[in-house]
Amino acid sequence: MLFRILSRDRFRTLVETIMETTEVVAPKKVGVRSDGEPIHQFLPVADFDEMDLAHETTEHSAKTYFLPYRENLSTYAFSDDDWQQEVHYRIQPRAMVGLHACDINALLRLDKVFVRDHFPSPYYVSRRRNTLIIGIDHEPCEGGFCRSLGTDTVTRGFDLYLTDLGDRYFVAVGSDHGFDLLNQVGVAEISDRDTADYLEERKRIAGLFTTEVAVQNLPNLLDIEFESEVWKTWGAKCLGCGSCAMVCPTCYCYGTTERVSMDFSSGSKEKHLYACTVVDFAEVAGGHNFRPDRSTRLKYRYYHQHRGFVEAHDEPKCVGCNRCGRACLTGINPLDVIHDLQAEDEA
Amino acid sequence: MKYLGIDSVRPRIAVFELTGCEGCELQLANKEETLAAFLDAVEVVNFREISSSSSDDYDIAFVDGAVSRADEVERLEVIREHAKVLVALGSCACFGGVSRLKNAFDLNEANREVYGDRPQETLPVRAVSEVVAVDLEIPGCPVSKDEVERIVQHLIWDVPYHFPAYPVCLECKQRYTVCTYEVGLLCLGPITRAGCNAPCPAGGLGCWGCRGPAVEANAEEFLTTVHERGFTNDEIAERMSFFGGFEGLLP
Repeated sequence: MLFRILSRDRFRTLVETIMETTEVVAPKKVGVRSDGEPIHQFLPVADFDEMDLAHETTEHSAKTYFLPYRENLSTYAFSDDDWQQEVHYRIQPRAMVGLHACDINALLRLDKVFVRDHFPSPYYVSRRRNTLIIGIDHEPCEGGFCRSLGTDTVTRGFDLYLTDLGDRYFVAVGSDHGFDLLNQVGVAEISDRDTADYLEERKRIAGLFTTEVAVQNLPNLLDIEFESEVWKTWGAKCLGCGSCAMVCPTCYCYGTTERVSMDFSSGSKEKHLYACTVVDFAEVAGGHNFRPDRSTRLKYRYYHQHRGFVEAHDEPKCVGCNRCGRACLTGINPLDVIHDLQAEDEA
Repeated sequence: MKYLGIDSVRPRIAVFELTGCEGCELQLANKEETLAAFLDAVEVVNFREISSSSSDDYDIAFVDGAVSRADEVERLEVIREHAKVLVALGSCACFGGVSRLKNAFDLNEANREVYGDRPQETLPVRAVSEVVAVDLEIPGCPVSKDEVERIVQHLIWDVPYHFPAYPVCLECKQRYTVCTYEVGLLCLGPITRAGCNAPCPAGGLGCWGCRGPAVEANAEEFLTTVHERGFTNDEIAERMSFFGGFEGLLP
């Protein structure tokens, strides 16, 4: 890895330079919770000061900029006996600033599915390739258990990754594009002091984690606890609203709908992200529902996160951001669910 | 007009209003960008808001509004006889709507409150399906014209259409709306059928449940969680009664 030192002023110049030609999406304060805490979302920003890089977390992940909630896959024009198909991929460049390590690790997991698996998705690839990623280190967010999953740090999947050293940023350079940008605004080589300060800061951040989940043997534990009462207890709480999957940085399940224009001259195929906790997620043609009850649906959500994905891609799908736990109105969260399963195992 | 090489039949449609604000009917005349195409696909033979014709020969009848008078019962029975397909249009037709709130009061008292010393003949408010058989219900206050279009396409060409089964929350999340509960307000989104694209929570009002319950809405857990958040049974029941769609699930 190549490292450089970027002053705060030059970081500002760097973002403003990108803004001249490219849409910049960054954490933006969008409201205040009833307890006074700010709410942040990844949204387009028109000005450097609209960004809030001190954000604890964003309510939604950065996923939707790569896997939109609703996406037109193709349009069709009908003529008398024929039809023509048109497909558009989003290729406009975009820069995302302020992603945390968990967000970038989440993109690396999505890459496994949509770039490197048997059937790459051109829709995803075009968005991913044309998005510049500038990540930033941060203190642990409340309830986040990324450290348990090894996703609190990241060494690839970005163009630049910043660690705040107070008066300057220690920058990991992840791509030639990132390197070019740094050279445009002017950077310094790292000194021994910079490296020492960086390592010190990493050690300080690592020491702040209090939330821990033992995930090492989770795939086997899940198999052993397949019939556990724990699923019934937590399943009874599930509203089946799908919020968890919507805010999750790696949930990618989707359905497609075909639509016809009112004048019947054209049609479209639309993809929309779906959620495995929703009542008709596993309903098939003919009306049979493979997962008719809430507890089964919730269980399979955890199975995909911590077992199925491990089998297919060698690591859990979950990055430990706990966005699902925060979004769930009835308090279903991975920390407590996994803890209950482990307690069951020990009993 | 052809679709997939098949000639279309222009169904004869009629639109009728019972007790309600007629806003759902107005929606049918809305969405200008596709209005001409919509009116090409169907033949309007009876629709007071947009046409002077008043034929009794129709295939699809859209009925807007709830049933609250004896003469409405008679009209509705005639409509049912004429229509091949009867569609309840909007929350009033589907659930009784806002005027169903009247049923919580003594009928004479309600009459006096509204009409003073000139009482009108009135009945307890009922949904259309409580009076005649209904083939299809399109909930919403008002209905979404987009959904109506898709249902008309379904009726003409069998273009598949499924009402979303999931609650409003999913649509809120998809449009990045800050959760109403995050700012400490009541919202029926977690138990209400989606399909509206969640405009009310986005506007800061929270959901009022105009589309009725989502499929297998988890009302029990919903009530537990809103109680924990400090909302009283009265507040919750008032909200859930507003459009009449949650009878049987009230706290």
